[in-house]
Amino acid sequence: MAKVNIKIEGHPYQVESGMTILQAAKACGYNIPSLCSFMDGRCSLASCRVCLVEVKGARGLVASCVYPVNEGMEISISSQKAVEARRSSVELLLSNHHKNCLQCEKNGKCELLEVSKMVGAREGKYIGDMTPATYDELAPGLIRDTSKCILCGRCIETCKALQGIGILGFENRGFKTIVSPTQNRSFAKSPCIQCGQCVLVCPTGALMEHSEIDRVDLAIKQGKYVICQVAPAVRAAIGEEFDEKIGTPVTSKMFAALHRLGFYRVFDVNFGADLTIMEEANELIERIKHNGVLPQLTSCSPGWVNYLEYYYPELIKYLSTCKSPHQMQGAIIKSYYAEKNGIDPKDIFVVSIMPCTAKKYEKTRPGQESKDGLKDVDAVLTTRELAKMIKRSGINWKRLPDNDKPDDDLLGQYSGAGVIFGVTGGVMEAALRTAYKTLTGKEHPLIEFKEVRGLQGVRDASINIDGKIIKVAIASGMKNAKILLEEIKQGKSPYAFIEIMGCPGGCINGGGQPYVKPMFLPNEDDNILSTYVSKRASVLYSEDERQTIRQSHNNPDIIRLYSEYLEKPGSEKAEELLHTFYNDKREKYPNY
Amino acid sequence: MAKLQGHAQELIKEIVNRYKDEPTPLMMILEAIQNEYGYIPLEVQELLSELLNIPVSEIYGVVTFYSFFSLTPKGKYVIGVCLGTACYVKGSQRVMDKFSELLNIKPGQTTKDGLFTLDALRCIGACGIAPAISINGKVYPKVEESKVASIIQEYRDLETKGA
Repeated sequence: MAKVNIKIEGHPYQVESGMTILQAAKACGYNIPSLCSFMDGRCSLASCRVCLVEVKGARGLVASCVYPVNEGMEISISSQKAVEARRSSVELLLSNHHKNCLQCEKNGKCELLEVSKMVGAREGKYIGDMTPATYDELAPGLIRDTSKCILCGRCIETCKALQGIGILGFENRGFKTIVSPTQNRSFAKSPCIQCGQCVLVCPTGALMEHSEIDRVDLAIKQGKYVICQVAPAVRAAIGEEFDEKIGTPVTSKMFAALHRLGFYRVFDVNFGADLTIMEEANELIERIKHNGVLPQLTSCSPGWVNYLEYYYPELIKYLSTCKSPHQMQGAIIKSYYAEKNGIDPKDIFVVSIMPCTAKKYEKTRPGQESKDGLKDVDAVLTTRELAKMIKRSGINWKRLPDNDKPDDDLLGQYSGAGVIFGVTGGVMEAALRTAYKTLTGKEHPLIEFKEVRGLQGVRDASINIDGKIIKVAIASGMKNAKILLEEIKQGKSPYAFIEIMGCPGGCINGGGQPYVKPMFLPNEDDNILSTYVSKRASVLYSEDERQTIRQSHNNPDIIRLYSEYLEKPGSEKAEELLHTFYNDKREKYPNY
Repeated sequence: MAKLQGHAQELIKEIVNRYKDEPTPLMMILEAIQNEYGYIPLEVQELLSELLNIPVSEIYGVVTFYSFFSLTPKGKYVIGVCLGTACYVKGSQRVMDKFSELLNIKPGQTTKDGLFTLDALRCIGACGIAPAISINGKVYPKVEESKVASIIQEYRDLETKGA
């Protein structure tokens, strides 16, 4: 890469040409406040005007997030003019911002507040009208509050470029501009998949998960059997909420914390993941044996299922009928577990802790009921919401014991295959471990299928199962899924089995995971935005390695569940409890 | 949501084909559709989104940004009241308010019978005859509040005579 010589505050530096001033300054050790720029400055609309600096010879102040460096450039970040301009920019943003910070869910992770502190913004410097606001809480997964929006456009770009969907856009003009789904509709009345990637990038409280902590509190207060189940990906990130470095394994501490929150039982959705594998691998083998429709598409990710229903309804027949792991486990808790323990399923309240906002929607879907029309799962909390519950209960994370695990009560055990569900390629690998056993009668000698691992958006592999080659593919993020879906649509897909996850990198990067915002992570490396997903993935892969049971079909609790209750994968009872149906007539823009 | 009729779909596809090789065809296509149909409803935006591979939200953003584009059908007679500086100084806001009051619609809206749409215009270049209004392209000079009723009646009469 060619280098250019620049000066910042009179000091000479050499930086890569092609960098923006913002990036170059960061490389030289200067933090210029910025809001609309994100993804390490790779993306910016230059709309917020918070990163203004003075460049010698340039007309006026320049937005450093988009202005490229060039040879001999002299930059001043600390000149009076630049400092005052940045402060004014923030004060103007604040003048049209609903400043109820105490009630704001983003408090503590609000970039606007942090930047306000950085530039020394004064509250009430500019007072005037506020843009008429919309508060949308109709969608089970997401909340949009335009009174907090600073029109930075990050969510628009994320939905469009990262997910390839483009639900959000600017609407109207001038002072009336808002960011909204078409026609200022609710997310619930638009073809939004509720993946929550927009929530991860929103610098303020304008986009949030739809919190359900109150519903969980109520259920505990009412004396229900509140049973908590926690998804694999949560352990890969919850430590970040308690200042652990990204990639620190905290599974035991997480269970220790959950056991202190007043739940009747604490289970691991890894058990449900093992169950999903039993059903999904069986479904795949049946399809292969009986010339059924192939490729089979995984159905664990509700954001992805939403996407398929909205955008490729003609391909629904390829989708596995398996419910997602936590829904399966919820169904088993309200049937098998309740019967075994003599509890009336009506008195059970199942709470899933998920890295996901779309799971909040999924639990409300038709076809996710088990016993007597009861919902399989009653509430879904994100990883972030769980962290809030832990914090408010006064638990000192650092002092939590390091040796806790799920309750050993019928559903307590899990395999390493269940753990890796949380990372892209994990469901595929888990399914292959079991499919190999079913097709050959013996375990795969290496246990692992490393050829399906990795974080690239689209990957494929040919798996040799006793001389029979099975072609598989994996995609995460909807933009990548689209590539594989188009192949199927054109009848050119060479694959037997495709795993698709709604969020890039899989559940570990889900919309309900802790925010990764460099300004709040002073102890992480500068390139944390490009490494955190693989760091979280390594937590899951190493936990898999530590398990003595590595395959779903070897989980003793799963074996007992089938022998005592479900009979065999795909049995009538399994169909009733563990499988669901989809809607190929979902309206994109339904009437209210 | 009502689906677009077959022939409307064909016409829109034809308009898209006309401009699809332009570097940024969206504005031209929207302009052609606006001129052809008088408005650009959501169904049309959905079809355009499919044909152009641009998110509906982005198309909707463009349609709501430019006041030239309309989301609802315009009336048979589009009354444009100039609110440019010269007309405004000469009292065109009062003229606008009078139209609003007599037609019982706000600027940007259309009467229930589909006869009149009331629009606010920025300078139409007729400052010498301010305050000016234009109805379907015909310019009325030096309109006073008191003349508004008779102007409306003029078009109502046209309708009854025509019928």
